[in-house]
Amino acid sequence: MSVDAKIPPGLVSAPLVSDWVQPAGGGFAVRTGRAELGQGVKSALLRIASWELCVPVETLTISGPDTAASPDEGITAGSLSITQGGEALRAATSAARVLCLAEAARRLNASPDTLSVRDGLVINGDDKTELKLATLATEVDLNVPVADHAAPLGQPEDAKETARPDLRERMIGAPFVHDMTMTGLLFGRVFPPPTLTARLPKDLDLHSLQKKPGIVAVVRDGSFLGLVANSVAEADSAATWVETRLEWEGIDPAPQDPQALLEASSAPMELMLAAGSAEPTEQPTIDLTCQRPFLSHAPMAPSAALAKWEDGKLSVWSHTQGVYPLRKALASACGLAEEAVQVVHVYGPGCYGHNGADDVAMDVALLARAVPGQPVRLVWSRAAEFQTAPLGAAMSTRVRLWMNGRQISAGRVSVTSPPHSTRPGTAGAPFFRSGTFLSDPQPFIKAPDVPPASGHGAARNARPIYDAPVLVERKLVNDLPWRTSALRGLGAQLNVYAIETALEAALIADRQDPFEGRLANLTDPRARAVLERLRTFGGDLMSDSTEDRGWGIGLARYKGTGGWAAVMADVALGDDIRVPRVRVVADIGEVIDPDGARNQIEGGVIQAISWTLKEAVTLDGARVAGTNWEEYPILPFSEVPDVQTDIMERPGEPPLGCAEAVVGPVTAAVGNAVQRLLGVAIQSLPITRHRIVAAVSAA
Amino acid sequence: MDKPIAFYVNGEPVEIKANPSLSLLTALREDLNLKATRFGCGAEDCGACSVIVDGKARYACTLAVGDITGQHVLTAESLDAKNFEHPLLTAFLARQAGQCGYCLSGILMRARALLETGEPVDRRRVAQELDANLCRCGAHGRILDAVMDAAAEMGVAK
Repeated sequence: MSVDAKIPPGLVSAPLVSDWVQPAGGGFAVRTGRAELGQGVKSALLRIASWELCVPVETLTISGPDTAASPDEGITAGSLSITQGGEALRAATSAARVLCLAEAARRLNASPDTLSVRDGLVINGDDKTELKLATLATEVDLNVPVADHAAPLGQPEDAKETARPDLRERMIGAPFVHDMTMTGLLFGRVFPPPTLTARLPKDLDLHSLQKKPGIVAVVRDGSFLGLVANSVAEADSAATWVETRLEWEGIDPAPQDPQALLEASSAPMELMLAAGSAEPTEQPTIDLTCQRPFLSHAPMAPSAALAKWEDGKLSVWSHTQGVYPLRKALASACGLAEEAVQVVHVYGPGCYGHNGADDVAMDVALLARAVPGQPVRLVWSRAAEFQTAPLGAAMSTRVRLWMNGRQISAGRVSVTSPPHSTRPGTAGAPFFRSGTFLSDPQPFIKAPDVPPASGHGAARNARPIYDAPVLVERKLVNDLPWRTSALRGLGAQLNVYAIETALEAALIADRQDPFEGRLANLTDPRARAVLERLRTFGGDLMSDSTEDRGWGIGLARYKGTGGWAAVMADVALGDDIRVPRVRVVADIGEVIDPDGARNQIEGGVIQAISWTLKEAVTLDGARVAGTNWEEYPILPFSEVPDVQTDIMERPGEPPLGCAEAVVGPVTAAVGNAVQRLLGVAIQSLPITRHRIVAAVSAA
Repeated sequence: MDKPIAFYVNGEPVEIKANPSLSLLTALREDLNLKATRFGCGAEDCGACSVIVDGKARYACTLAVGDITGQHVLTAESLDAKNFEHPLLTAFLARQAGQCGYCLSGILMRARALLETGEPVDRRRVAQELDANLCRCGAHGRILDAVMDAAAEMGVAK
């Protein structure tokens, strides 16, 4: 393999074959720095390793991120686990096979070129040998660079489906960090300030709290407050006592409108990209602004972590997306050397971006410091989860299109948004929420946007997929009273929604077919291919249109560099708005795990439908007002659409990732179905009955 | 305050010493080390803690152990008994019906309570029943497919 310009990041920090794969128990133990977040990445990575080693997948084990053992692959995010992590593992496991075969060639006195591996046994020409790859591996030096030996075979044509190794325990076992136990385990509770300016009253009666049954420690540092107890029941009981008495200071009750604050901010609108000829001087044909509210990650489990301080060393078990960045930030926040901190990834609830996992890890570290030598487990309350986890950014995207018939002659996309990434270590700051409240505070600092090389943050997918000249600009607003960070797709959901909504408005005005109108502006062959196939694949939806039931489509290529998705949504307007059916055609390059990819796409569709129809964080001043599921409803079982997915066959093409590619096109497809039914676009998400009534009466 | 409280879990008699107001969820997880029953919200909103008590799906997070003396509790651990895998578990695994799986034990138990009533069910009826449970990863379609597979296996699919 030519390991040249694009070395997967994992191979830079972990360059040796032995960093990734070692013989173990008659088979191989594979290591990854990618976190299994429920997305099924372990299953996909095991498939890649089994293809390259040519061994049955059952003879492999895989272990996840651990700063003491695994490669440093940064953050598991951005639909890059297969694109980057899979390619690194593919190179490393192929190198292991090459090295073992070199040893086999020596023993058999054969040329390595005549040797191959089948079901874990070395084959010489067409003849089976007695040599087992895993046995050879115990006698080969694997402490050599991957880059010197990698020779990937790629996916075999007869690759079989494999089962996810972790699902059974996720159904009936105890695999989550919430379930972990250890000798002498203690149980924590914390009381996160409800806003970034809230302060604990100085005269808080901690003495009475200390005397509650089972309390081992009460920790107050500035406005950080927590307790450690001998049992869950005692921790819960003391927590209830605290919660009924806590009165926060410093909360500004004045109403806050995020969209008005974004608009009013004096932050500059910066040019991100100018492609093609100069913008026309006349008025645009279409000029519309779409908005989305703050979204909650709303994981099924509140964030949790476990920590232990012993002899000046801190060990943390966490469902973080990045054990190494978390370790660095914890070391910095706690005044420790990085080597004195170990972070181990343990399963948590589904992760759709930068949720509360890192913050709760800092919280439990602060609690554990008060009880050295004893492990502490901390699970946030459901209210704390809603109120204090980073929010998906509220934002606004204005799209101007200059049309010549159905042809786009120019466009301008202007995005206004708070930051989409405030992960630990951003701009060199720890970025832990609790850190900002300590008596020696570690404040949040101005967060930059995600750089273009990582696919942009606010401006992700702000460049339309269409051919026309375009100007993209972005205003990054950093001083809102809410903490925002990465949520599935970052800016892509709203940007794709706004672009596709604007184009649909132009096509409706010109009485154009949604497919023909788009194809007339597209030369990208893979974009055209998904769109063409959707026209057939969604045929059943198109034939069922009535006065209050119709279909719409949305199209994007995620980040401009990832997977393509063309989506059709079937929308029924009645007492409420429903999406009974969704059809997806996706091109995600090589598909490693077909069922896993379909599962991720289906999940992306349903989550995006939930955002689009239901979700908005409600605010009371700067406080998140909705602290339970009744106040933050998500799509229930009875409203879930029938989702059919068609994935293009692209063997030999690089894998492009799939988990985030559909969120923008799904939102756009729903919106465009509504727009075609009503003749008017819904510019503010979520698309609710209330918004539809308002839009129709304003039109 | 603490007193002995006896009930049955997955067919076995158990006795714990606890405050009668202790939630069944905490008793299962911390006193009995049966951790497949999970905390989601503590307010009967999400269903992650669903178990079966005397044949009915109940929220373990708000059910006091003092109120279930002598009653029979089934948890998700019971789906994988010695020499017996419940058709629901078989179907969920076959369909890879889940992503993070945190919601699944509760969903499996609520589905089991429904299917074991013997009432013939269709997909719509199952979905309606599972509205008591939330899933955030978007595995709903597979989950409904898997419940219907199990319903067919158990002879209760309409």
